[in-house]
Amino acid sequence: MTCITCPIGCSLSIEREDGGSLVVTGNRCPRGAAYAREELLSPKRTVTATVRARTVVKAAEGGGGAELPRRVPCRTLSAFPRERVGELLSLLYGIELELPVERGKILVKDALGTGIDVIVTRSIA
Amino acid sequence: MREFSFDAVVVGGGAAGMAAALALDSRGRTVALVDREAGLGGILLQCIHNGFGLIEFDEELSGPEFAERIEEGVRKSRIEAFCAATVIDLEAAGEEKTLVCVSSSLGILRLKCRVVVLAMGCRERNRGNIRIPGTRPAGVFTAGLAQRLVNIEGYLPGRDIVIIGSGDIGLIMARRMSWVGCEVHAVVEILPYPSGLTRNIVQCLHDFDIPLYLSHLTTRIYGRDRVEGVEVTPLENGALVPAKAFEIPCDTVLLSVGLVPENELSKKAGIDINPATNGPAVDSTMMTNLGGVFACGNVLHVHDLVDFVVEESRRAGGYAADWLDGQRPKAEARVKIGANVRYVSPGRVDLARENKIYLRSLVVKNDATLEVRLDKALVRSIRKNHVQPSEMISLELKPGELGAGSSRAEPVVEISIR
Repeated sequence: MTCITCPIGCSLSIEREDGGSLVVTGNRCPRGAAYAREELLSPKRTVTATVRARTVVKAAEGGGGAELPRRVPCRTLSAFPRERVGELLSLLYGIELELPVERGKILVKDALGTGIDVIVTRSIA
Repeated sequence: MREFSFDAVVVGGGAAGMAAALALDSRGRTVALVDREAGLGGILLQCIHNGFGLIEFDEELSGPEFAERIEEGVRKSRIEAFCAATVIDLEAAGEEKTLVCVSSSLGILRLKCRVVVLAMGCRERNRGNIRIPGTRPAGVFTAGLAQRLVNIEGYLPGRDIVIIGSGDIGLIMARRMSWVGCEVHAVVEILPYPSGLTRNIVQCLHDFDIPLYLSHLTTRIYGRDRVEGVEVTPLENGALVPAKAFEIPCDTVLLSVGLVPENELSKKAGIDINPATNGPAVDSTMMTNLGGVFACGNVLHVHDLVDFVVEESRRAGGYAADWLDGQRPKAEARVKIGANVRYVSPGRVDLARENKIYLRSLVVKNDATLEVRLDKALVRSIRKNHVQPSEMISLELKPGELGAGSSRAEPVVEISIR
């Protein structure tokens, strides 16, 4: 596999020794070995997405007024188990958020029992 | 028509413009910041993915978070922001400049100043720029436009996607379209290697089993009213092999085929363009050939990290403040682009002080050496584990390294990669 910790992109090989432990070769630094183990055993990704904003349409004011965004961006506070990303996205896409909203607000606490929170990443007045 | 006077006007309220305006403000100068959008933040607001801020804030943020942190500084400052106002003209009469802006709420504005900082960012190259043959159906978007539709406005541009170009924006959009429920059928790249970072190939393509066709050209777009598919032809030894062409059905084509600095205003004002970067040609203080007009961020050259944009723009704002204080560069040397280097920005260095330079490699290479020569004499040699065109390289040259300067009337600093 290719290490994605930094831009060098080392080609890593992983072998299981007789004792059962994993041996990583091809890495130029210790981060490569840690990445290879995690990527093989429990890959994780930071998830970024948007949720629906409930907006009041100000049609009467006509043109000129600033149009509010219809989506509010959010992200997981740390890397999230990759195999459960689909479940997390379904959860987020079901949320409708009342404006205004503040950056940093916890949108989902302990998402799917992983202990990882999802926060709002933009303040919208 | 309304008229206002400032020491400096910054054109563009993205990361670059905000950073330059803040630097000018911190030097006690009055600053106006003009942006055509309804609010500040620029393109970062649609870049909802993470990976921003590792250098600037020492943590990994999404684009909107990065923009908001800088904007908080702007709000606390005395900078006057004019949003939803488009600059249509830059008039220079000696040291006096006037920016003509149009705004639907304020009408025509004339902003008078002595210093202008250009921070308009760049535009995406489109179908016309790369001349893809075929019909002209709906469903062909630039990747950045699709990103705005999906991430801010909440529209899906289509369901079955083919992405042309493997730059980072295209890769990031491959993941985004997959995450919003679309099917990304292919990424087609004309070059034999991907243009984006390896980590994005892994996170954005491999995670979703999206095929990447390297050395392939999109030779036709099909469809009458809406895109129905694309024809893709492999390149072998630089030549198309029509016999091996194949079709990929899709309803949407996203183009991620490069960025070009936004130069309309600059060209109209008579600013010289550097053909290597496609941005304004600037001296060691990032000043253009129009005295008092500076440029920074993606309008100057296309950066790969916003952290670098902010660093550069803060310096540009500082140089602009120096210029207002009456300082001028003393002993400048021209920078020559040496072997294996695509471009160097800025194109001049000041031998009397520290210089920060950004450059791009022309080649992919491990264990490379970056060499700096002053009038052909080697003054600095730097080991680089890895260089590639998509990774910008930064370099600091201290005044001591450039020695007592040069005896030549027109000194030349050459930068090359070996």
